[in-house]
Amino acid sequence: MNVITMPQLTPAEKALVERFGRVAFDLPGNTDVARKRDEAIETLKFSGLPTRRVEAFHYTDLRRLLATVPADKQDENAPKLSLLIAGSTVLALEDGHAASEPGMPAGVSVTPLAGMLADGRFAAALDAGAPDDPVGALNTAFVSDGWFVDIEAGTELAAPLELQNLHAGGQAHVCVAVRVAEGAKATIVERQTGADGALVTSQSHLTLAENADICWIILQEQGEATSHLARFNAKIGAGAKLRLFIVNAGGKLVRQEVRVGTAGEGCEFQLRCVNLLGGDSHTDLTMVLAHNHPNTTSTEIVRNVVTGRAKGVFQGQIRVAPVAQKTDARMACNSLLLSDDTDFSAKPELEIFADDVACGHGATVTEIDHNHLFYLMARGIPEKEARGLLVKAFVAEIVEELDDEGLVDVLEARIDDWFAAHG
Amino acid sequence: MLEIRNLHARIAEDGTEIIRGLNLTVKNGEVAAIMGPNGSGKSTLSYVIAGREDYEVTEGDILLDGESILGLDPAERAAKGVFLAFQYPMEIPGVATMQFLKAAMGAQRKARGEAELSPGEFLKKVREAAASLQVDMAMLKRPVNVGFSGGEKKRAEILQMKLLEPTLAVLDETDSGLDIDALKIVADGVNALRAPDRAVVVITHYQRLLDHIVPDTVHVLSKGRIIKSGDKSLALELEEQGYADLIGKAA
Repeated sequence: MNVITMPQLTPAEKALVERFGRVAFDLPGNTDVARKRDEAIETLKFSGLPTRRVEAFHYTDLRRLLATVPADKQDENAPKLSLLIAGSTVLALEDGHAASEPGMPAGVSVTPLAGMLADGRFAAALDAGAPDDPVGALNTAFVSDGWFVDIEAGTELAAPLELQNLHAGGQAHVCVAVRVAEGAKATIVERQTGADGALVTSQSHLTLAENADICWIILQEQGEATSHLARFNAKIGAGAKLRLFIVNAGGKLVRQEVRVGTAGEGCEFQLRCVNLLGGDSHTDLTMVLAHNHPNTTSTEIVRNVVTGRAKGVFQGQIRVAPVAQKTDARMACNSLLLSDDTDFSAKPELEIFADDVACGHGATVTEIDHNHLFYLMARGIPEKEARGLLVKAFVAEIVEELDDEGLVDVLEARIDDWFAAHG
Repeated sequence: MLEIRNLHARIAEDGTEIIRGLNLTVKNGEVAAIMGPNGSGKSTLSYVIAGREDYEVTEGDILLDGESILGLDPAERAAKGVFLAFQYPMEIPGVATMQFLKAAMGAQRKARGEAELSPGEFLKKVREAAASLQVDMAMLKRPVNVGFSGGEKKRAEILQMKLLEPTLAVLDETDSGLDIDALKIVADGVNALRAPDRAVVVITHYQRLLDHIVPDTVHVLSKGRIIKSGDKSLALELEEQGYADLIGKAA
């Protein structure tokens, strides 16, 4: 006789399964989409959320950390958000639904994702449920809407596209896909925020054709009781360049995954991440980067400022395929721990199967440089203020790399706000 | 006025005594040159005056206008009017120079109970000071000292000094790493700051700088003590004869 042992579901897992029972019928999707949703929720039912025993979640015990999930809120509206950069084109998602479609600049076309789920065009892009992929599974099960954005070949956008994922609390599950054709160039800003106490899952899919050039900024400013589970996926074509800049400045439980792969020779990837971690939060940045082609380069710099009782995690995996000769990959993770009750775990992993590559990684835990502190104080700046300047400098150094004065100024202003609230 | 009385100071970490019974008085309006061979304690003296915590004062006192400054941290000393022009100015990535200047001037004015400068007044002061030192305003948009050449760093130090208007300025080997043109700009900057209510201490290894900043007094430092004092002719004497002869006599 076979005995199948099923885990005792936690209240959060139970609530997710029950929610699926309530909403599945109303979610958009043809049979292919519906089948994927079913599979995803079955995986959750049978395996539960991952614990530390699942390697990808060794530092983020999701089963324990996602203890409860909020009920849906039906009678409130998502707060409005002012633009990060004036003149941007906004594509908003409010409480999981695409807002009305704005006028698009030349060379850009958009389609609400709900329709592409309804007719099955987007079915293939949905993740199958896997026990070690709760972000993919929950998003597939519950995704209600999003945007599909096409940027035509050769388009150069003067102003950013701003993708806003806003919610009034409760739950929001969205997905955005952006397809960038040959040689197109744009800055895309992804905003993640809303009322507090929410559960948000969000996936972004980006494909870059040859010689495209994209700067993608994720600004995550969820409330301090919100759980935010997100993934950024990208394929970078030959000669294309992707700069991904992530600022985590909120959330109670944050898992931001980054999955990037090369899709052609000679492309370039940069990841810059500023993690501002405070209060009782737990923030996990997990990157898997695949160098699949020759002559590709990547650099990753993660800077963490950790205060209060916050915990942070960075898992950075770089895979270099046997054919990916002349890969140049450099990864660094630097943490500034500002109180004794903080904790940061860094796990760099290099899996190199080619023999002619330059790959390196480093992780440091630093303190404020005493020479710098003396210099500032010798000019009359009191110790507390001088330390504040140096902590900001630790992350500003990364922001300034963006090399766009407008963008640098607004991001530094957001970072200043965070420090003002957590100083 | 700076008065240093029987000062003894050591490296905090390992207890090595560097300053061993140093006495020195520099009156307001006076420019004093401190000369001495490598390892005589010149830089340590400048750091001890500025209040660097890597050094411990074990005996003696440092008075500024009659008040001891030993109990004050570097920022409090700066607010009292102490300024150290560093031999090796620190590069601080991520802190914009203008922001740094604003923070420093703001903090000092606040500590002295003076009114805050308006953004316009601040900018005007910086522009004027920069122009007189041939410092490009574009340079001040960069992070503090990052990517500055040796000469630019020294000019930036003098620029800060000009803006902060100290009552005691200590210049630690400001001439090192400067070509003759840069040296002249820096010296002119220092000379412009000579004032009846300001004491200036110029620490240098060579006579060269003193051709441009002519001192009122010259003091020779050896093994942590002043072993000879005189007027500007003493510097010339040292240039001709070297330190060995003098130190031999003192020992």
